[in-house]
Amino acid sequence: ATVEVTEAYWVSRITAIAKDEDKVAFADVFRHFAPRVKGFLIKSGADDSLAEECMQDVMATLWQKAHMYDPARASVATWIFTIARNRKIDLIRKYARPEPEDLPWGPEAEPDQADVMALQQDSARLADAIRQLPEKQRRLIERAYFGDLTHSEIAAETGLPLGTIKSRIRLALERLRHAMS
Amino acid sequence: MIDVTHTVPDSLLMGYATGALPEAFDVVISTHVSLSDDARARLASFEAVGGAVLEDMDKADVAEDSLEKTLAMIGAAPPREAQPMPKDGVFPAPLRAIVGGDSDSVKWRNVARGAKQSVLQSNSEASVRLLHIPAGQAMPEHSHRGMELTLVLQGGYSSEDGHFVRGDLEVADQETHHTPVADDDGEDCICLVATDARLKFQGLLPRIAQPFIGI
Ligand SMILES: [Zn+2]
Ligand SMILES: [Zn+2]
Repeated sequence: ATVEVTEAYWVSRITAIAKDEDKVAFADVFRHFAPRVKGFLIKSGADDSLAEECMQDVMATLWQKAHMYDPARASVATWIFTIARNRKIDLIRKYARPEPEDLPWGPEAEPDQADVMALQQDSARLADAIRQLPEKQRRLIERAYFGDLTHSEIAAETGLPLGTIKSRIRLALERLRHAMS
Repeated sequence: MIDVTHTVPDSLLMGYATGALPEAFDVVISTHVSLSDDARARLASFEAVGGAVLEDMDKADVAEDSLEKTLAMIGAAPPREAQPMPKDGVFPAPLRAIVGGDSDSVKWRNVARGAKQSVLQSNSEASVRLLHIPAGQAMPEHSHRGMELTLVLQGGYSSEDGHFVRGDLEVADQETHHTPVADDDGEDCICLVATDARLKFQGLLPRIAQPFIGI
């Protein structure tokens, strides 16, 4: 249960940044995630100074995009991962990575609290399942996310326990579409 | 939302999630995901794995003035706004950003038999282009040396692999020899096509046309 409580806490911090431009909340998020983002960038092949610069950029982007974060569709760690991955690719390629269209939600389409809690539980379950994978398979997954595997090597990579979280996200998307239309 | 029947395989979504695809493929996948809630949900599930990897990362030491510097960056920049698709648009946001507008902003070049194309990006790894095929018109039969992704944005076409309409993605590879034919329903077909190697055309005339088409 502690994992869900922690996730709810991070969601509340992102909300405080979005709604109140709360710098204390940001410092909290920074202390937890900045060293992990930097570690991720170093594992992805960046040297210390590039990883530091890129990490600061990722954390600044988090502040600027906080009002677009949807806790019914992604955990805070997942959302930060996507920002870090995109920024990493921008730096390697020197131009902006194409990203799917945003699905914005205004005050009339606040995420459903039941969806948010269910997504948090599924995210925690997925993380546990990945931790319990055989060492060899877990390492392979990590390498894929650090950018160490080519696209064709990834094609052979299966067996990820994704079913539940996929249907959860699908449901949240349907509700969001309904609220927007 | 369109009910997309032909969609992207998991291996390509994981490639997009991890950042392993050539940029030309990223253009097609991000545009397809903009049109398909199923692809968006599956992509988000692969990104959730990335979130779990990030959460379990060994922490690196950050610079002493790291937080201060980041707050200074934040003070200098305005918040970024989401840009939803205009209700009547043909191109989803990622494609509009590359073209610099919707389908009426494309700088088309005539290729063959009334077909037009616009190359968006091309490098040694892969290329991506927009194709405009008049209603009822066939593309030359061709096979593929690598992978080809075709995403329908307007109209539709049929090939040996089925019928494809807006939002549908066809994945062709070395085994595929197909002759896509645009639907003959009065609406021209616009597709976004990425290839990771030059195509092989069957027959003499198309082979002559190939350098012009550039695919
Ligand atoms: Zn069909
Ligand atoms: Zn083809």
